Amino acid sequence: MVKRLIVIAYLFLLVAWPLFLVGQNTFEGGLDNLRGIVEDPDVVHALRLSLMVAVIAVVINTVFGVGVSLLLVRYEFPGKRLLSALLDVPLSVSPVVVGLSLVLVYGGRDGWFGPALEGAGFQVVFATPGIVMATAFVALPLVIREVVPVLEEVGDEQEQAARSLGANAAQTFWRITLPAIKWGVTYGVVLSLARSLGEFGAVKVVSGNVLGETRTATLVVEEKYLNFDKGGAYAAAFLLALVAVAAIVVVSVLRPRDQS
Amino acid sequence: MSTIQAARPRGARLSRASGLGLGVAMLWFSLLVLIPLTAVVVTASEGGWGHFWDAVTNEQTAAAIRLTVGTAFGVTLVNVVMGTLIAWVLVRDRFFGKRLLEILIDIPFALPTIVAGLVLLSLYGPESPLGVDIHNTRVAVFLAFLFVTLPFVVRTVQPVLAELDHEVEEAAASLGASRFTTFRRIILPSLTPAIAAGAALSFARAVSEYGSLVLLSGNLPMRTEVTSVRILSSIENDNTDSAAAVAAVLLAISFAVIVVLDIIQRRVTRRG
Repeated sequence: MVKRLIVIAYLFLLVAWPLFLVGQNTFEGGLDNLRGIVEDPDVVHALRLSLMVAVIAVVINTVFGVGVSLLLVRYEFPGKRLLSALLDVPLSVSPVVVGLSLVLVYGGRDGWFGPALEGAGFQVVFATPGIVMATAFVALPLVIREVVPVLEEVGDEQEQAARSLGANAAQTFWRITLPAIKWGVTYGVVLSLARSLGEFGAVKVVSGNVLGETRTATLVVEEKYLNFDKGGAYAAAFLLALVAVAAIVVVSVLRPRDQS
Repeated sequence: MSTIQAARPRGARLSRASGLGLGVAMLWFSLLVLIPLTAVVVTASEGGWGHFWDAVTNEQTAAAIRLTVGTAFGVTLVNVVMGTLIAWVLVRDRFFGKRLLEILIDIPFALPTIVAGLVLLSLYGPESPLGVDIHNTRVAVFLAFLFVTLPFVVRTVQPVLAELDHEVEEAAASLGASRFTTFRRIILPSLTPAIAAGAALSFARAVSEYGSLVLLSGNLPMRTEVTSVRILSSIENDNTDSAAAVAAVLLAISFAVIVVLDIIQRRVTRRG
């Protein structure tokens, strides 16, 4: 009982109460703060950019993640252990280091590949492709971490049965493998989407933070707060927090039903 | 079924299509992650060891690294205790509102870090309803780390605790062991690898944290400036070489953590 009270008090003070206050601060003057946000064309542009970047990054990471998970679980190849360890690296690299590393390679001025790419008319850093890459980098392992355990659990008997009955690789994947791992993929996609929408540090380094062009929603929160527009900062933060909480609730509601 | 597995104890060899898939995946992974991270290490070492050492031991940078590593260590200790306690309550207790606690634990993982900073600022900042104002102090750094690392120990310990066999504990208790002895001698040893893995993840996350500190800690040089902030100001001053040097230190820490995790995982699988 004492243990339970300590845990509840700890989580209340660390997460629940502060989170509630953000909501309260947002609605302090009624709907004015939120209205101020959605009527500001630069903020709307930032929200749209964040959403577009997140969707592209999630699509890339889902295709990559499902493919790599299949390779890791179903096949044997040299360097497999190393690859599986390296795939977790993005989770423990500082976002600022992620941004720096991309600038060092794709920076237009003196990056390794940057000048050549810009010569060919393709700007990465300080443009949307850089933001997409930074976002894809930080969220890279999330789909893999959800799909690999599911693939291991379902085994490959059904796939082998399908193959022995004459199904080709594509048919086996779409009819047998994908339906079996669909919940794992769903959790991975939802978590990646939340993580991608909220990326801040890496995007700050590669985006250049140009108002109305490469400024994303998280950068708006910082800019509003530092410019003493606390209402606007709270409102933008509230919208982002809403998406994050919704993602967690969706995953937590789906998961137990799937297991039973 | 068992004969099939005996015949093919491991996965299949690569076919042409899966080999091509592996190639494409590796190309993308290299372009996105491996080459950029290599560029950090190469840039850091370009000026030679002396230059690297100067950048890392610069008074302000050294203070930032000390603060980051020290605070991350302290936060990890708190997480080991609180994370295990939270996992314990979630697995062993049944009560109204448990689902809500489960959601609260995962929120720091999905919440944008800049929002996390603002969230903490609203309760512990200048307009705190509690009357505590910790912003621009080192306590703020500690609190921000504590917030963003909350899920790691809980989520690694929880599944292991749920799988534990009650009978062994009951046997220990029936043989006269006190509850504390049962915990220390029976439960804790089985949880140690999970706690260690969670601690390593939480340490790595704390050391690399950036976004939640931007609004919260004030980033005062020598006092509340953490390593990531230091790297960013080097980037903004167009001093990419020292940024890369400090970034290489952070990468070395992440790498060490991954190696530790791998060793723990191997030991656990060997034990079965």
